[in-house]
Amino acid sequence: MPAYLDTLNARFPGEFSTSEFRDNKRVIVSAEKAPAVLFGLLKCLKEECGFDMLAELGGIDYLNYPNATDRYCVVYGLTNTTTGERVFVKAYANDPDPQLPSVYPLWRGADWMEREVYDLFGVRFTGHPDLRRILLPHEFTAHPLRKDYPLRGYGERHNFPTITRAES
Amino acid sequence: MPLEATIPLDDVAGADREYLYTLNFGPQHPATHTTLRLILTLDGETVVKAVPDIGYLHSGFEKLGEDLDFNQYVTIVDRMNYISPVANEIAWHHTVEKLLGIEITPRCKYLRTILAELARISDHLLCIGAAALDLGALTAFLYAFNQREKVYDIIEATAGQRFHPSYTRVGGLLADISDDVIARIRDFVKTFPKAHADICRLLNRNRIFVDRTKGIGVLTKEEAINRSCSGPVARASGVVRDLRKDEPYLAYGELSSAFKVVCAKGGDCYNRYLVRMGEMIESLNIVAAAVENLPAGPVNVDLDEKLTIPDKTATYRSIEGLIQHFELFMWNRRWETPVEEVYGANETANGELGFYVVADGSGKAFRARTRPPSFIHFSIFPHLIEGHQISDVPAVLGSLNIIAAELDR
Repeated sequence: MPAYLDTLNARFPGEFSTSEFRDNKRVIVSAEKAPAVLFGLLKCLKEECGFDMLAELGGIDYLNYPNATDRYCVVYGLTNTTTGERVFVKAYANDPDPQLPSVYPLWRGADWMEREVYDLFGVRFTGHPDLRRILLPHEFTAHPLRKDYPLRGYGERHNFPTITRAES
Repeated sequence: MPLEATIPLDDVAGADREYLYTLNFGPQHPATHTTLRLILTLDGETVVKAVPDIGYLHSGFEKLGEDLDFNQYVTIVDRMNYISPVANEIAWHHTVEKLLGIEITPRCKYLRTILAELARISDHLLCIGAAALDLGALTAFLYAFNQREKVYDIIEATAGQRFHPSYTRVGGLLADISDDVIARIRDFVKTFPKAHADICRLLNRNRIFVDRTKGIGVLTKEEAINRSCSGPVARASGVVRDLRKDEPYLAYGELSSAFKVVCAKGGDCYNRYLVRMGEMIESLNIVAAAVENLPAGPVNVDLDEKLTIPDKTATYRSIEGLIQHFELFMWNRRWETPVEEVYGANETANGELGFYVVADGSGKAFRARTRPPSFIHFSIFPHLIEGHQISDVPAVLGSLNIIAAELDR
C-alpha cells in the first residue's frame, strides 16, 4: 500500500474510497463528502505526502455512463516532483448546483484549469477568486462538454449578433 | 461579465493611477504569432498588469473526441500543437493503447521514438527561431527554418504528408518506413549539429539577444511547481523532471544511456532558450541511437489480436483481414473497451501532454480530456511579465512557445 494512503486513512477514515487501473491510482471522494472533505484531503496530500504539483485538473460528465451514480466529476492529477509518484483524486458533484471547493489557495496552477471546467461543465468552484468563462465568449449560456449538449450546438453560432462597422 | 480580471493585483509602487493606460495587444499582432490577446495596463513603458484573453481558436476538439473513434481522432489531435504534430499523435495513441492494454512491437516503439524526437527538434527550432525573430535576429530564424524543412521532408517521406501526417494508429503505425527515410534521417543526424552550432554562435553571446532575455520573465523553482509548469519551462527553473526518464515509455527506457535531461537554474527567458538548445542535441543523440538500433519485425501488433487495421493485402486477399477491416470500421463494432478510464502523458516539446480517456465499453472515447502544456504555460504569463517593459512582452511570449491551437483546442 502506498505511503500516502496510510496518512489519508489516519486523517480521513472512511471518507474516501480507492481504485486502480493500469498504473493510475485513484482516491475517490463522493458527492456527499466532497464539499467538506476534498480541500482538506488535497491539502494533506500536498503538505504531508509531498504531492507538490497539480499536474492535471479536468472535468467529466457521467450522464448515461454505465453504473454511474453521480453526474459531474473533477479529476485532480497530483504529482510528487521528487519521486515522480502520481495520484488521481476524483471528486463528484451533482445537479442542480454542482459545486466543489477551489484548490486555488493550494496551487496557483489551478486558476485556469478550474475556469476551464467551469466554462465547459458548469461546475462552480467556491473560493476561486476569478471564476469567469475562459474559452467561450462571456455571453455564452450553455456548458458544451456536458453530455446533454448536442455535438452541433443549439445554433449559438448562427445567432451571434452582427456588429457593423458604424456600431463598433 | 467584464473582460477585466477581478483578482486584485498589487499596484506597482509609486504608480499613479492617473497615468495608467490600457493597451490591447492582439489577437492579431505579429508578435503573438498565433491568435491570442493580452490587455496590458501600462505605466509609461512598464507593464503593471496583464490580462490574457483566450478562446479565439476554440473549436471543441474535446467534444469531437467523444464523437470520433480512436483512429479518426488522431487527425484532430494533429491540429493541437501543429508545430510538432507527430508528438501529439504518439501521446494520444499512447493513452489509448494504455486503456486497451496493447503492447506495441519493438520496431513501432523505436519508430515512434525517432519521430517524437524529430518533432521535438522541429518544435524547438521554431520556438527559438521565432523568439529570435521577435527580438530582431532574422538570420537565426532562417537557419532554424532551413532545418525544419529537412524534418518536414523526413516526415513527408515517412507518412506522405508534410504538416499533419496522422501517422499513428491504434497498435501500430500507418505504414513501415522505407530505406530512403533511414538515409534521410542519417543525413539529418550528420548535418544538423553544424546548423545548431551556427544558431548557437548567432545567439548565445549576441549582445542584443542576451540583454533582452537575461533576467526577463524569471520563474523560480517553487513557482514553477506551484503553477503546474512542465517541459523546458520548468526545467529552465531547476525542476529536474522529464517524463522520458521518470516514467519511461516507448524506447526511452532502453535508450536512457543515450541522453541526459537538460536543466538550468536561472528560470529567465535566456535559460529557457539554453535548455531548448541543449535538448535539441540530446534529441539528436536519441535519434542517432534509435536509428542505428532499429529492430526488425512488424510495426503493427499481430492481426489475431483484432486491434489494428490490417494492411491492404490482408484486407483484399484474406477473409480474416476483410472481416477485421469491417469490424474496426463499422460504427457499431470497433474496439471493445473496458469500462474504465486512464491518464497517459508524454513529454512533448512544450511539456507534459496528457490525455485522460474515459471509455464506456463502446468503440469511442466517452471523454477525451487533453492536458495541454501551452494552456498552463500561458496562465503564468501575467506573473512573468508584471513589472517588466512592454518590449519584453514578445521575449517572454516567445520563450513560453504558446501554440494557440493547443491553448484553445
